[in-house]
Amino acid sequence: MTSILFIEQLLNGIQFGTMLFLMSAGLTLIFGVMGLINLAHGSFYMIGAFCAALVAGITGSFWLALGASLCGAAIAGVLIEILIIRRLYRRDHLDQVLATFALILLLSEGVRWYFGAFPLYLSIPDSLNGTVPIFSEIIYSKYRLFIILMGFLIAVGLYLLITKTRLGIRIRAGQNDREMISALGVDISKLYTVVFALGAALAGLSGAMIGAIQSVEVGMGEPILILAFVVIVIGGIGSIKGAFVGSILVGVTDTLGRVFLPDLLKIFMQPAEATAIGSSIGSMLIYILMALILITKPSGLFGKS
Amino acid sequence: MKKLKTTLAALMIMSSSTIFADGHQLKVGMITTLSGGGSGLGIDVRDGFMLAVKGNENISVIIKDDQRKPDIAVQLADKMIQSDKVDVLTGIIWSNLAMAVVPAAVNQGKFYLSPNAGPSKLAGKGCHENYFNVAWQNDNLHEAAGGYANSAGFKNSFILAPNYPAGKDALTGYKRFFKGKLAGEIYTKLGQKDYAAEIAQIRASGADSVFFFLPGGMGIGFMKQFSQSGINVPVVGPAFSFDQGILKAVGDAALGVKNTSQWSKDIDNPANKKFVSDFQSEYGRLPSLYASQGYDTGKLLISAMINAKVDDKDKFRDELRKANFASTRGKFSFDKNHHPIQDIYVREVIKEGKTLTNKIVSVGLKDHSNVYVSECKM
Repeated sequence: MTSILFIEQLLNGIQFGTMLFLMSAGLTLIFGVMGLINLAHGSFYMIGAFCAALVAGITGSFWLALGASLCGAAIAGVLIEILIIRRLYRRDHLDQVLATFALILLLSEGVRWYFGAFPLYLSIPDSLNGTVPIFSEIIYSKYRLFIILMGFLIAVGLYLLITKTRLGIRIRAGQNDREMISALGVDISKLYTVVFALGAALAGLSGAMIGAIQSVEVGMGEPILILAFVVIVIGGIGSIKGAFVGSILVGVTDTLGRVFLPDLLKIFMQPAEATAIGSSIGSMLIYILMALILITKPSGLFGKS
Repeated sequence: MKKLKTTLAALMIMSSSTIFADGHQLKVGMITTLSGGGSGLGIDVRDGFMLAVKGNENISVIIKDDQRKPDIAVQLADKMIQSDKVDVLTGIIWSNLAMAVVPAAVNQGKFYLSPNAGPSKLAGKGCHENYFNVAWQNDNLHEAAGGYANSAGFKNSFILAPNYPAGKDALTGYKRFFKGKLAGEIYTKLGQKDYAAEIAQIRASGADSVFFFLPGGMGIGFMKQFSQSGINVPVVGPAFSFDQGILKAVGDAALGVKNTSQWSKDIDNPANKKFVSDFQSEYGRLPSLYASQGYDTGKLLISAMINAKVDDKDKFRDELRKANFASTRGKFSFDKNHHPIQDIYVREVIKEGKTLTNKIVSVGLKDHSNVYVSECKM
């Protein structure tokens, strides 16, 4: 193991983390403001990716496709919030879980019905293809650097939105006391729709950015959704700061764990065993991390107890 | 509300496909993956099979979606055996589902023809007289990849596969034939789509070649990211990441990659030519290897029905064993453990006009069977 490889893997972890942040930011906002457990959040990730693939297929432009993923997911978010989600805020969490789980099935099969069962093509633009040397020694993918950059920009943007704007004040007020803010004359149902659409748009954007280097297919959102839930539990439910720290923590732990654990185990084990056991423990590592954090801080790193 | 309920009930009765016209001599139950991730494979197998039996008055087929879940597959199989009274089961794509369904079904006296999954257990100790695999034993294509690696002069391979039984079979299969040494061996998480960490390790390992078995969406992600990484090392793998359904999504990143398959669209025989053109005109797309496996399964079944009734189990089994049908793969026969003896080809991904597809470059392994035959007591 060299320091070059270590830094490269660290960057990979951070890139994974920033993508997780785009997913978990929306999830945690929606939970924090509306008290809604939204299992269908992964579906917006998928919708964003499919919108992007569709637009990229027609126009050939990656940037238009990114825009389409934002708009498409946001529009889907608004529609779904108004038609379905709105009826769930007052219900208990079990109803919400059941209803949003049904939404996953409906949206997945709907997308499969429209686009077919085969994965779609979406690729990165030529300008971001290839690698770029960092400190002359490390060769790193341009596109992954772009994802990291986008993630940080959006994190800063969200921070400014929450702390500096009127909408942000309302969101924070909604998190603290839902009934009081509606008593003060804020149109709470409009606020909910906006927050839900914002969360959906972020998920859609991350689906498109990741779809370009992975695959655009039905059911792509669910594995990410599970990780996003891990992130918001670690970070503290409702906290954007927690989502950011949690995402980077999960991303880096997962990447470094699965790369370096087998090597570490090879010191006192047979190579074949070390590979098998190391990769098994590697994929459990983030859940171990979650358990450890919950033991010491039951409401997450930045959660309110 | 009551009216709605009645309508719904009526609809449900109509949609359950248990209504048959008389005169069918053989009932097939197909359990395959038609929804969710991985449904492309099941759809191809189904379409290939239905194309083969199209117009055959003597066969009726019940098709059900297993959603890639073993428990659902088991329920469907029970229902098909007990209430639908099917004679033959087929369709399962995934090895873990096959392990859950096949042993029980064949022990109840049903025939099972596998159009895809070929776990080593069912080829060796767990082989059964009523179980036939029309596709391959799981290790086959990987063994051919190992053989190809030798002939291409690879000395130092980096190999990776998902951490689950078929992934382990894959790396075992490659290592069984590959004579060089390994620059690295990684088991990835099942369902993993991001391979930045693994690609960094490949770069650092100094390997002269990469072998990977990452079926479905996993392989799409790997190929795209690998081609963007700028690592200039040849890649080889089984056909699962380069079949017709997936190539479109991988794009030009797959161009020139060598992959191993028992079938290819350009195998030169009349049965295959007819299959490819019929499939295209029926479904409006190019067939994949999965479709060819479904098609051959259907043709095998029809061939056995010519001289035997399915009620006469022993005779029917003997007819199946003869494999007296024109396979899309050309030469095809069953070994003692009811798994194919066939050629495995090395294909290369090329562009025909704007469509990415495969062409055969050489025969990887000739008349290849599997290593589990000796373990099968039958």
